[in-house]
Amino acid sequence: MRTQEVESSPCAVRARGLAKFFGDVVALDGVDLDVAPGQIHGIVGPNGAGKTTLLGLLLGLAVADRGSLEVLGSSVGRALAAPDGVSGFVDAPGLYPALTARKNLAALAALRAPGAPTADIDDLLEQVGLTDVADDRARGFSLGMRQRLGLAAALITRPRLLVLDEPANGLDPAGKRHVHETLAGLAAQGTAVVLSSHRMDDLEAMCSDITILAVGRVVFSGPLGKLADRNGELDYRLVTSDIEAARQVAADTGGIQVLDTAGSQPDRDVLVVRALVSDLDELVPRLVHAGIALRELTPVVSPLESAFLALTEQHAQESSR
Amino acid sequence: MTVTATTDPSELLAPRTVSVARGYRFELVKQLAQLRVRILIGLCWIGPAVAVVLVSGQSTLPSDTLFGREMQATGWAGALVVLSFAGSWFFPLLTSVVAGDVFSSEDRLGTWRHLLVAVRSPRRIFIAKSLASLTVLLICVPGLAVSGIVGGLVVGSRPLAGLDGHPLSPADAAGKLLLAWLCVLAPILAFAAIGLLASVIFGRSPFALLLPAFGGLGMQLASQVLPMPAAVRVALPSFAFLSWNGLFTSPPQLHSLIAGIAVSLAWAAVATALAYVIFMRRDFTSHANDGSMRRAITLGILPLLAVWALSAGVVAAATGATGSGIDAGKLQRSLATSFGHFYVLQSQELYHLSYAAAQLRTTAACTKGSDLVAQDGPGNDWRCTVTWHLPGVNDAVGQAVYQLDVSANGRYVADGDGPNQVNGYFVLHAPYGDAPNPLWQFDGLVDLLAPPSKG
Repeated sequence: MRTQEVESSPCAVRARGLAKFFGDVVALDGVDLDVAPGQIHGIVGPNGAGKTTLLGLLLGLAVADRGSLEVLGSSVGRALAAPDGVSGFVDAPGLYPALTARKNLAALAALRAPGAPTADIDDLLEQVGLTDVADDRARGFSLGMRQRLGLAAALITRPRLLVLDEPANGLDPAGKRHVHETLAGLAAQGTAVVLSSHRMDDLEAMCSDITILAVGRVVFSGPLGKLADRNGELDYRLVTSDIEAARQVAADTGGIQVLDTAGSQPDRDVLVVRALVSDLDELVPRLVHAGIALRELTPVVSPLESAFLALTEQHAQESSR
Repeated sequence: MTVTATTDPSELLAPRTVSVARGYRFELVKQLAQLRVRILIGLCWIGPAVAVVLVSGQSTLPSDTLFGREMQATGWAGALVVLSFAGSWFFPLLTSVVAGDVFSSEDRLGTWRHLLVAVRSPRRIFIAKSLASLTVLLICVPGLAVSGIVGGLVVGSRPLAGLDGHPLSPADAAGKLLLAWLCVLAPILAFAAIGLLASVIFGRSPFALLLPAFGGLGMQLASQVLPMPAAVRVALPSFAFLSWNGLFTSPPQLHSLIAGIAVSLAWAAVATALAYVIFMRRDFTSHANDGSMRRAITLGILPLLAVWALSAGVVAAATGATGSGIDAGKLQRSLATSFGHFYVLQSQELYHLSYAAAQLRTTAACTKGSDLVAQDGPGNDWRCTVTWHLPGVNDAVGQAVYQLDVSANGRYVADGDGPNQVNGYFVLHAPYGDAPNPLWQFDGLVDLLAPPSKG
């Protein structure tokens, strides 16, 4: 035993200047990441952005070539293997098809040392909605069932940091709800969750914070609301009681651009406008004053997706210069 | 914020790894859950007994397999045929299916990352997987032995004629059989290590399974058939699948047996070490390993070829063996000894006469082909004349001729070529029923690494 000075950090993950190279390929370049306990943090980026590499570093599957990584208060050194309390999967959950769902989990649970925190297998199966197929071999499982069993396997160790790569991939709406509820429940208990997804709606539904990667670099990291603020004008879809009158009101409102959507919108009662949020705030009361009922107002593309596309395209353009 | 904490740094930094024992149990559960492994184990524990009983009841016996021609005479021959057949063909397949798949299966299933996250130590994964595959082999191999013995006991526990014709009591035969099974564990370890190496190098490529199997069968063919110096032949791990044969002569032929075991253990150690180093250097960020032939050649095949060459050099230096290990002198001595023992057996079964083989003062003279051919090496053109003194008849000498088909591994088949009353085919009454004349055809063995004989 000896006395040492450690930096007290509330972070489940604290990465500074992480870099990882595969030969000449730069997978990660100066990545900073902070994830607080109880936070569900999304990692998003185009293909090849370095998401899986970053998740692999958190899981101890690889070591960074540069930078520092602290996971659950422990510095991750040069050796493979993450600190205890970290669990999850990348690419796809690892399951053994010759074993039943229950035996897959039981075999993993048996790896735990006596006294180590281990979740109850029946509870986990129920949590992810696989109780009915608990004694079926994993060989016949659909992608969604495999995802859910993979999540259950990751939860065996009662992790304090859960790392998941595309956890909602292949899930039906009911399965997706199971996963969302499970992750929300974990976060409420203080578990930090880092997940990647290509589905912006999933990220918006689950994550409080996101990090956007492009070509191995962080182009945004922070709360979702802050990301939406970065958007300029967005396209919005309006459904009203009188399309022609609404079009006229929109055209007369400053800052609102009515888009010609003839031929592209199957519904002729839909009006598409391009505007800032502040201009929309002006348009809505005007429509009401004109006696036009506003039945629906939604962004054509989600603010997160818009910001994501804008940031990654901007980064790609800068990189190509 | 910065705080001062009293912390054991190793506790702070070290991940909680899974113990080797728990990892081993995890791997064993996975292995035993596979249908093909279960089928293999079932085959090993049931197949030999059924085969021994069925084959022993046939009119045509597998005389091309060592001890095959004795399968009706005693059940111990059946148990030895199981070992002989397994050593020639089954063990390379068994080890490649079990050990050759233990790492590859994770690549095929895409479970490496899952496993590494769960166990948190590549070193312990390697040890656990190696031990688990070894355990499956150690479930299968005793099964073959026990099953063969059970089948043999059903056929009948009677004395066995050794490879020089000397009679072995059932207890002696059982003891030597168990010792022989222990001896083949060394080449099994070597082949299992080669399987591990192929599995680590080739990943999910089919070569992981195919290369050890075909490599093993190729080595078997090389060690049994291809012309090469004895030291080079013995330096192949497959030779040790045959070298237990030397236990069944009196005195035992230990040169080849010991060399074969030592060579096998060397191959096992080097192949395991290579597999370990390659595995520990593996990049687990890639989804799966598809293997590469270039890597296999540089990291697998070339080092093992070097082990082969080095082992051959050591064996040659230690024993002085330079040629094929087969010469006229060794054959003459071996044939004369065998003839003497089988002559005594024939006399007992035919005339109920009993005397010692030494009383016959048997000698043999062997020549190979014509004078233009070197008088050594394997071939089916060895011709030998056996001379013996008839017991109880002053100065009466008998002669018989044999054609010898000598294999490159030192085993030979002596085929009686007259006179018919001595070594022709006829049936006589043995304790177990009608049996062919024991002097008609019999198997013999010369020790390839024994010093050259001057006849």
